[in-house]
Amino acid sequence: MTSSWPLLSLVTFLPLVGALFILATRGEPDVVARNARNMALWTSLITFFLSLMIWAQFDNSTAEFQLVEKAAWMPEFGIGYHMGVDGISMFFVLLSTLLTPICILASWNSVKTRVKEYMIAFLVLETMMVGMFCALDLVLFYIFFEAVLIPMFLIIGVWGGARRVYAAFKFFLYTLLGSVLMLLAILAMYFDAGTTDLPTLMQHGFDSGMQYWLWLAFFASFAVKVPMWPVHTWLPDAHVEAPTAGSVILAGVLLKMGGYGFIRFSLPLMPEATEFFAPMVFALSVIAIIYTSLVALAQEDMKKLIAYSSIAHMGFVTMGIFTLTMQGLQGAIFQMLSHGIVSGALFLCVGVVYDRLHTREISRYGGLVHNMPRYALVFMVFMLASVGLPGTSGFVGEFLSLMGAFQVNTWVAVLASTGVVLGAAYMLYLYRRMIFGTLDKDDVKAMLDLNWREKAIFAPLIFLVLWMGIYPAPFLDVMAVSVENLIDNYQTALAAAQSAAPTAIAVR
Amino acid sequence: MEATTLVLMPAIPEIFLACAGMALLMVGVFIGDRSLRLVSWLAVGSFVITAALLYVFTGWGGRELAFGGLFVADSFALFAKLFILLGSAVAIILSMDYLEREHTVRFEYPILILFATLGMMMMVSANSLISLYVGLELQSLALYVLAAIRRDTIRSTEAGLKYFVLGALSSGMLLYGSSMIYGFTGSVDFTVLANSLAGDEVSVGLIVGIVFLSVGLAFKVSAVPFHMWTPDVYEGAPTPVTALFASAPKFAAVVLFCRVMVEPFGNIVDQWQQIIVLISIGSMVLGALAAINQTNIKRLMAYSSIGHMGYALIGLAAGSEIGIRGVLIYMAIYIVMNLGTFAIILCMRHQGRMVEGISDLAGLSKTHPMMAVALTIFMFSMAGIPPLAGFFGKLYVFLAAIEAQLYTLAVIGVVSSVVGAFYYLRIVKLMYFDEPVEILDRPIPREMGAVITISGLFTLLFFLWPAPILNAAAQAAASLFAG
Repeated sequence: MTSSWPLLSLVTFLPLVGALFILATRGEPDVVARNARNMALWTSLITFFLSLMIWAQFDNSTAEFQLVEKAAWMPEFGIGYHMGVDGISMFFVLLSTLLTPICILASWNSVKTRVKEYMIAFLVLETMMVGMFCALDLVLFYIFFEAVLIPMFLIIGVWGGARRVYAAFKFFLYTLLGSVLMLLAILAMYFDAGTTDLPTLMQHGFDSGMQYWLWLAFFASFAVKVPMWPVHTWLPDAHVEAPTAGSVILAGVLLKMGGYGFIRFSLPLMPEATEFFAPMVFALSVIAIIYTSLVALAQEDMKKLIAYSSIAHMGFVTMGIFTLTMQGLQGAIFQMLSHGIVSGALFLCVGVVYDRLHTREISRYGGLVHNMPRYALVFMVFMLASVGLPGTSGFVGEFLSLMGAFQVNTWVAVLASTGVVLGAAYMLYLYRRMIFGTLDKDDVKAMLDLNWREKAIFAPLIFLVLWMGIYPAPFLDVMAVSVENLIDNYQTALAAAQSAAPTAIAVR
Repeated sequence: MEATTLVLMPAIPEIFLACAGMALLMVGVFIGDRSLRLVSWLAVGSFVITAALLYVFTGWGGRELAFGGLFVADSFALFAKLFILLGSAVAIILSMDYLEREHTVRFEYPILILFATLGMMMMVSANSLISLYVGLELQSLALYVLAAIRRDTIRSTEAGLKYFVLGALSSGMLLYGSSMIYGFTGSVDFTVLANSLAGDEVSVGLIVGIVFLSVGLAFKVSAVPFHMWTPDVYEGAPTPVTALFASAPKFAAVVLFCRVMVEPFGNIVDQWQQIIVLISIGSMVLGALAAINQTNIKRLMAYSSIGHMGYALIGLAAGSEIGIRGVLIYMAIYIVMNLGTFAIILCMRHQGRMVEGISDLAGLSKTHPMMAVALTIFMFSMAGIPPLAGFFGKLYVFLAAIEAQLYTLAVIGVVSSVVGAFYYLRIVKLMYFDEPVEILDRPIPREMGAVITISGLFTLLFFLWPAPILNAAAQAAASLFAG
């Protein structure tokens, strides 16, 4: 199914156009701020509805890339502008376009300084995120992947909390260090295959000795982004210091870039290395799940607690991906989508009370159910989704990835399952401390319940969490063919490699 | 080769520039120092005419010799000359306002830049060790005077003297290396050298000669371990002169380095490759680490330029056509973002007085939002963050390194680029995260604004249409290997 409209480019670059308009606004500071907010909201909403068209036009029955756009860019070098989506990437595009208007709404009143620059940064960020999920050329992908750092650095550094400078630098340098190694790997691939075009590279088949190095270089980049233990330490800092909307995007989309990268590049391009390193990834994932869950249990800062819970949840994702089973991979993708919505929503929940009391310390709250019943309800839905209660989106993702892990390695599944229990422990403990108990602090008593704007933010997220939890089929159907195709290709490549080099197996 | 007929046609642009320089000198002498702006604009105008003549008399693709084979005009030289002319012209434009404010109105200033430019153009067209030396010295002598042009200030004279002494030392080494090469091969002509070195056993004397030659050239590009003069000279010289030092002469020296290594010694790449690899690694690492603690923005830019030279030399270390192409792309992008950055530094005035502290940029995003945006673009670009131009420069040199299987060099390169990103980010942090302490003067002079805008847009939008520069650089690199 081809469309005469370059739909993906439109969705990618429309936010940039909006940003240019905002850049051009002049006048009184109040007027500029108001115009910037409205302009950003409308741009991102239109982008979101356009991106829904991608879903509408999407054909579930094929694993081919769809809505493909191709143009020469640096023809001398065989680097092209190549965009397209398949069942794996399509929902990530939607996730990015959904979360951006929500972020803009969430910062409506909480961001008071440099509103114009703030909105521009978010729209630029949206362009980079969407572009990254659509890019089918490695260099193009890398450009979007890295360019995300610039707006995010500014968002954390300018509008962040007390230790924002430290957090912004740590975030930037940590992720940059990982990515530059990937750049070298991309260049090495370019010389081996003569192109950086992803569909062509998938047919190429790299030499197995080379695959290990390439895999490690990509791993350096994606593991930092996911983040996997032990390179996760930037995440709690960045989350805590970022403004609410920055945390939402970080948790909602940026972390998914790592998981997406594994599925899109590491698995199909380096199958032998993937098989070789899978046990290591399992070990790191299990450590991440258990260790960070325990750390989360001890946190006094709400944002930090949710940040550590994110690392644990992403542990399920990496585990699911490297099971290379239908359930595991679908579960991992589903878990990423679900986590994108749920953790984003949890950060928004923190933002709601932070806007009122300006502290993230859990012990400063308590008894919120008495004066903010609606907030307590909303928070409960997302808290339970994070725990993985059946009927919420969190359950489907965790269950499927655990099922995938069970087929491959029982121990991994058993150990990871303890993470589910620990997850329930720290989330329920957080909920009890904040929402229940006696309402004895005067400033907490004075807090008002959700206003219309906050309800409007949470309503679509609650709807999605329940929809994905109760009837996940529409989502799983979209992924199914692409994931199946991915696994088939992976098995074929492995089989070919084994028959070609029986001696290598004997040595291993 | 007919030695009897003197072929001059390919050198017409240079001859024109020399004549223009002398004519401008007359103008200056007759009118006096009042003529600074006039002479400056005339010098810029003669650069434009020279560029046009370059197109007319050499154009793309050709390779012609002049002066009995001492001078070569090929696409490689053409590419370099166009960017040298650009860099020098912008340097002159950036200087006028500064000279008037700082009471250094001397008509010699643009003329010295013009002669330095002529020297650079001769350098990049050198086809023998003799013409190489003559071009290099013409350039260097003019630059020594420029560094000391504010002869009533201690810093400027100190910078000029330091530059002169160390520059003379490096010239001596270069000359010594040349004489060794001549002694062991019997020729100074690049073409003859290349032919005589094909396939033969290489004598130790020649290697020593090449080492000394590279030392001399490494001085000129300020690569580690011959970089010591750079921070002092950059800091001491008047800021527009520093802007010039960091752009056109760097470009010329790197291009000359490439020509000298590739053209006569292209057949013995493995003999000199290690040298280049080592000075490249040294420059990148030192450039990244030493810049972290700097508080003066000119010193910071000095270390930054040392680092950038390290990256550019990666391409040369690869010793391949792809590598030279990478060097040219890298330098072309470098020169533009560097000129833009220096234009901003020249705008850093507080109550009419130049300030050079990095901390003076604090809160710039509140007081001069557009300037802050431009400097942010330059800083992220220098750090090599896509989609800005600097990323593409790095992309193409690393491409060459990977192709030449210099994996260690590439890994050290990317890691030091991450370290280097720290100090570029520090400037962004000062502008955006901190509150303004003292407010820089405004409005900024019109020509500065124009330079900042154009170079900023180039750096930001390079990715949209990179083909012209990429293709030109590819053709230039090809012509070097064809000859």
